[in-house]
Amino acid sequence: MMRLGPAGRPLALLLGCLLAVAAPFSGAANNAVDFEGRVIRMVLPQEPPQLDSSKATDQVSTRVLGHVMEALTRFDGQGRLVPGVAERWEIRRDGATFWLRKDARWNDGSPVTAEDFVFSWRHAVDPKTASEYAFILQGIENAEEISQGEAPITSLGVSAPEPRRLEVRFSRALAYFDKLVAFATFYPLKESFYRARDGRYGADAEDMLFNGPFFIERWDHGARLEMAKNPHYWDRDNIYLNRIEFPYITSDTNASLNLFKDNRIILAGLDSETMENALEQRWRIERFDDGSAWYIEFNHREGRLTRNWHLRRALALSFDTYEFINRVIGTPGNLPGLSLFPSYLQGAKRRLLQEIPPPEPVTDWTLAREHLDKAMAQLGLREPPELVLLTGNSPTANKQAEFLQTLWKDALGLTVRIDRQIFKQRLAKMTAGEFDLVAAGWGPDYLDPLTFGDLFASWNLNNRGRYDNPKLDACVRKAQNSVDAGARVQAFGCIQSILLEDHAIIPTYERGQIYVIHPAVKGAIRRQTSPDPDLARAWLEQP
Amino acid sequence: MGRYAIKRVFQGLITIWFIATATFAAMHAVPGDPLSNEKATTEAIRKNLEARYGLDRPVFPDQYFIFLGNMAKGDFGLSFTQQNRRVNDIILDAFPVSAQLGVLAIAFAALGGVLLGAFTALKRNRWPDVTVMLAVILGISVPSFVFAALGQLALVNANDALGFTLLPVAGWGELSHMVMPAVVLGLSTLAFLTRLMRSSMLEVLTADYIRTARAKGVSEGGIFWRHALRNASLPVITVLGPAIAAITTGGFVVELVFAIPGLGRAFVEAVQQLDYTLIMGTTVFYGSFLVFMVIVVDLIYGLIDPRVRLA
Repeated sequence: MMRLGPAGRPLALLLGCLLAVAAPFSGAANNAVDFEGRVIRMVLPQEPPQLDSSKATDQVSTRVLGHVMEALTRFDGQGRLVPGVAERWEIRRDGATFWLRKDARWNDGSPVTAEDFVFSWRHAVDPKTASEYAFILQGIENAEEISQGEAPITSLGVSAPEPRRLEVRFSRALAYFDKLVAFATFYPLKESFYRARDGRYGADAEDMLFNGPFFIERWDHGARLEMAKNPHYWDRDNIYLNRIEFPYITSDTNASLNLFKDNRIILAGLDSETMENALEQRWRIERFDDGSAWYIEFNHREGRLTRNWHLRRALALSFDTYEFINRVIGTPGNLPGLSLFPSYLQGAKRRLLQEIPPPEPVTDWTLAREHLDKAMAQLGLREPPELVLLTGNSPTANKQAEFLQTLWKDALGLTVRIDRQIFKQRLAKMTAGEFDLVAAGWGPDYLDPLTFGDLFASWNLNNRGRYDNPKLDACVRKAQNSVDAGARVQAFGCIQSILLEDHAIIPTYERGQIYVIHPAVKGAIRRQTSPDPDLARAWLEQP
Repeated sequence: MGRYAIKRVFQGLITIWFIATATFAAMHAVPGDPLSNEKATTEAIRKNLEARYGLDRPVFPDQYFIFLGNMAKGDFGLSFTQQNRRVNDIILDAFPVSAQLGVLAIAFAALGGVLLGAFTALKRNRWPDVTVMLAVILGISVPSFVFAALGQLALVNANDALGFTLLPVAGWGELSHMVMPAVVLGLSTLAFLTRLMRSSMLEVLTADYIRTARAKGVSEGGIFWRHALRNASLPVITVLGPAIAAITTGGFVVELVFAIPGLGRAFVEAVQQLDYTLIMGTTVFYGSFLVFMVIVVDLIYGLIDPRVRLA
């Protein structure tokens, strides 16, 4: 043995202590999958910010809520609409009726009634609640007036004539209302329980009532969240898992991958960095459309150079979406940006983009320079202008912005200044219009093309480039007010061609995500709307 | 001594007030606000949200003085990001976690630093000294997120090779969860203390009283433990106060990588999300903690060395 000298003994002692602490950790009980107990374990990217369904807006909260709550309808693994709390329903031009199943129960054993929906929806549009998703109830009679504080909340067009019948009156046609009600804002809330919590509803596990397949049994803020099977859930016989646990809360993708490798979690999302690592391990890499469409939005405000059509066309003609997804983004699974509408959306009979195929994008630098010359002539410029590209501060956003900067320098001799901002500041600048171009994206709230289609309507507050085109507005109104599937598809076609021909935006890509999942877990659902990933009806098979 | 203590506490309060005011001003100077979100909201909803958080009043003087008043009562209000929780509750939950981790990291760093420093001083310019000092330079210059990632990867590979779980890769709750994060968190402090201890030890070893002890016939072990180590550790104890504060507050990356629900993470995420109340709460809390540690050290100096009291 090596002589350590006088200081050697304490050093050995220190090492010994560390090892003694290390040894007794019980490993097997914390595996990603527990076949006997029917438990799966996962990582949560952040502490859920808001578990009061009437106020929740973010993906983590709606992901948790999607496992512990049930709406009138829900989507199955194939993206089909299936009954939830409602057994059957009827959508009419002027309203809808939902018949609730008699065995739908809260986890305290009490029945879920139509009144629970009336209270929840009224609460969501109540301006005092200040729910950021109040807009999603628009189209229900008086919803807009109530949220502006111009009508009493009891005037909302929703009522419960019988405990198990919910009547809804529309102020405009809502052809997709049965899909819309699957969204978190439409979950029921039990009034007596909610009021008894006195503003603390959703703050802790015991401050919530659940009607979904699971309930939250334990929630240590910032550290872990555990769900157990809800014994009162009407479809409990089709729920295989006894528990879904989230013993880790971190947004670090490397940490997720390490936990996956160590057999602690069943699923890990991959990025361009961790993908290499996963490939080395020879794991099977899965992909899915995460639902979001990405594009470069122009600032159409008065006095902005980007109001000029020739300039926008020049920028669009120099961009190549295929090069962008293959060489810039760097992870597989992304689709080219051909339209504002992503390819998974359903039209009348087939996929929407099969019914209204967008034109193949053209990349032509010579033509682009001609348009730039015209733009400069119209704008009275001697030299190509300098434009500000507003973007986020993530490495991906950086890489994309730098690519665009180089691209437009090479193609058009145009100088692009990159304005990198963290999330809230970027939003503030977008809202204030302090940009020429902004890299933006949009994820769907519900599975109807309208969630994308109305984005650039002049009245839409999310239209941050302030695109204002009466022709487009007319098409959006048609898509909103029509109940005929064919007519709506036509209206979406009209929206698409206006946006592309007018170069209101440059579609860049449709995001796909890649991930690895434990081979024993079957029936995990990835989807474009929350909850994603959905493990409520997953099961285990010994590999 | 009493007057000195009162004076130091008063100075501390002024410092905390200054920290709070500077943070408040800087935070409100940043464009954007905690209420802006991906989906735009209508005016009516925005106004109600602003009213709920008191953002409908002018930043100065109204919001500022309301904040100061509440701060004096020790109430930091509702968090914007963890929407149903009070900032006080978040701090009460998260700080003990960071503190536990910090204490363990400091214990590791201090013990390791003192021993390694003393050891290298004894072996001056021989290979153990050179090797350790090389490692020390690495420890000081490599940022903790690299150590965190490497440490975690090492655990994954170790668990895989052993076939059982030596230490969990991430998570929180048991002592075993703390070992690797504490080591990673303590590494740079350990390296720094090693250097400090080494130079201090070298100085002590050449002191007259060591020669006297040796002449008296005290054994080498006795000289090392009783005379050299104790005297040489004094400078280390001096820097320990600020080091404790720095370690318990500087663990953001380590907390993120090891999925630890600590305050460092809450703080950085609050800044990223512009969570006004949580930013103020954590900053003032950290600031007070640091000021408190400095005062404690100063008072201890005062007890030991009368000259400090007069200065």
